[in-house]
Amino acid sequence: MGRRAGAGKAGGALPPARPVAPAASLGIFRSKRTWLAALGVCLWAGAAGAGPQRVVSVNLCTDQLAMMLAAPGQLVSVSHLASDPRSSVMVAEAAGYDANRGGAEEVYLMRPDLVLAGTYTARASVELLRRLGVVVVEVPPASRLADVAEQLRIVGAALGQGARAETLVAEFEAGLAALRIRTDAPVRAAMYYPNGYTTGAGTLADEILSVTGFANVGAAAGVTGGGILPLERLVMAAPDLVVTSAPYPGASRSEEILAHPALVAVRGAAAAAMVSDAEWVCGLPQILRAVAGMAAAHRAIRDAVQVTRADGE
Amino acid sequence: MRVLAALGLLVAALFAASLLVGPAAMGLGPSLRALVTGEGEAVVLVMREIRLPRALLGVMVGAALGLAGAAMQGFLRNPLAEPGLIGVSPAASLGAVLALQTGVAAVWAPALPLAALAGAAGAVALLFVLAGPRGGALTLILAGIALSALAGALVALVLNLSPNPFAAMEIVFWMMGSLADRSMLHVSLAAPFMLVGVVLLARTGRGLDALTLGEDAASALGVSLERLRLQVVIGVAALVGAATAVAGAVGFVGLVVPHLLRPLVGARPSALLPAAALGGAAVVLAADIATRLIAPDRDLKLGVLTAIVGAPFFFRLIWSMRRGME
Repeated sequence: MGRRAGAGKAGGALPPARPVAPAASLGIFRSKRTWLAALGVCLWAGAAGAGPQRVVSVNLCTDQLAMMLAAPGQLVSVSHLASDPRSSVMVAEAAGYDANRGGAEEVYLMRPDLVLAGTYTARASVELLRRLGVVVVEVPPASRLADVAEQLRIVGAALGQGARAETLVAEFEAGLAALRIRTDAPVRAAMYYPNGYTTGAGTLADEILSVTGFANVGAAAGVTGGGILPLERLVMAAPDLVVTSAPYPGASRSEEILAHPALVAVRGAAAAAMVSDAEWVCGLPQILRAVAGMAAAHRAIRDAVQVTRADGE
Repeated sequence: MRVLAALGLLVAALFAASLLVGPAAMGLGPSLRALVTGEGEAVVLVMREIRLPRALLGVMVGAALGLAGAAMQGFLRNPLAEPGLIGVSPAASLGAVLALQTGVAAVWAPALPLAALAGAAGAVALLFVLAGPRGGALTLILAGIALSALAGALVALVLNLSPNPFAAMEIVFWMMGSLADRSMLHVSLAAPFMLVGVVLLARTGRGLDALTLGEDAASALGVSLERLRLQVVIGVAALVGAATAVAGAVGFVGLVVPHLLRPLVGARPSALLPAAALGGAAVVLAADIATRLIAPDRDLKLGVLTAIVGAPFFFRLIWSMRRGME
């Protein structure tokens, strides 16, 4: 199942439960990719006129964007990860499409007139598809909440569904504005995943924390993008909230750290514990559910602190 | 005796260093006070739940591997016998991985060291049958290479087929070993099995001494070779199995340590056994401290360092063996 982990990484938005997430450290690269992707879309859309009729998506995040934006019958196949409840928020919708595993041969035989891929999707497959004359639009991973709107627009333009994309963008931006918590006294939160992996500054998860009134312990510890935060340093930081991931089936030593007595103690001492799930993986409008969950956690902690203070007086 | 005392001091010093080295910057005084008195929340947690188990496992795993190496070399009268090199640790890894991936270990925790022990015992027994006390270095190494390759391949296969995306990345852990983020649970899991192994191997000293004179002479001195073999097989399997179940397969410790210490204690295996245990503990503690100093946040594997130190020894050994043959 190394493939799953690889595909998740390729999946774009910083995947909280994945051990490696190189996306955010490549800021300059990322924006250049965005620009190229947008240019590609424009050129392609200009040449073809009407929207594509047989679209295949090979990346978890583009799968879900395409399912939201495509007209009935326009989308032919999505990746198998779209039907995995651990990484996808649109499992029910994905059941209506053929699943693919992203191999060039498999995708080519579906005779697509457009392939949607992530910029980290298996490079060899994407290059091969291009050589075979298939149009591939690559969507860069989201590392900021603003990327959600950008991704909706890129995929919307590629599918010829620009108006629908704008509607979703407007809804998303209104929803985000309503959930935003501004505070002078942020609550300290830590994201902690298998192998001691944490998401630091410049990641989607970090921004979810900052818009909901949390300060990211990982970012404060100097982690940029994804990186390792030794358990010792997490214990010493004593965060008020710990966000961990749900374990996968089958045992792994990497996930044992989530049951380590020291982490259990830190979680016990913290005011709250949260588990991140599929909503945190991709830069989709549904990420607002994760934002809402964190906003609720922030309010609960703040209320609890006020109650304790009132008791003390 | 003087050698043992010096080694004991070295282990004690490295144990203390292991407790005091870590990514969390904590003062010397507060760290020790927290460890002993249990006052000061986060510091106590770091000292008692993270660093103490790591240091204890360093001593236990190192002693187990050093002792197992010395006993195997004594019984086979072959300087190349080393648990990691000839497939005993990889076989233990296979047992441990099977126990974890089938979920047996999650239901009943002792299944993990038991399965590793079974893997190690199978490997040691097979090697003894193939190489035997009379077997030459060539048979032992060939059998060991075949066993290592097979066990390693099966570990990789099982982990690649696991539904857990992290499992496949852990092939390196099961081949190289690491003490990062272990807890007291692992200490208590390994300790009973290691105790059994130490007791069994401690009683082999006289038999191994006699065996240096040859099998016939040993029999004449009243040493039962069958019994000795059984003791060594079970003792080595218990030690290597328990060590591998919690720390992965750490190589070269059982090779390097007996070689370094043999000239210091004289050629008697009975004197080498305790010295090799202490020496092994010192080597693994030192290697584990080095992993934390070289790359504090990368979980550098223990086996990387022991192999860097151990492989040149192996070359030297082969060199001197060739010279001996000419």
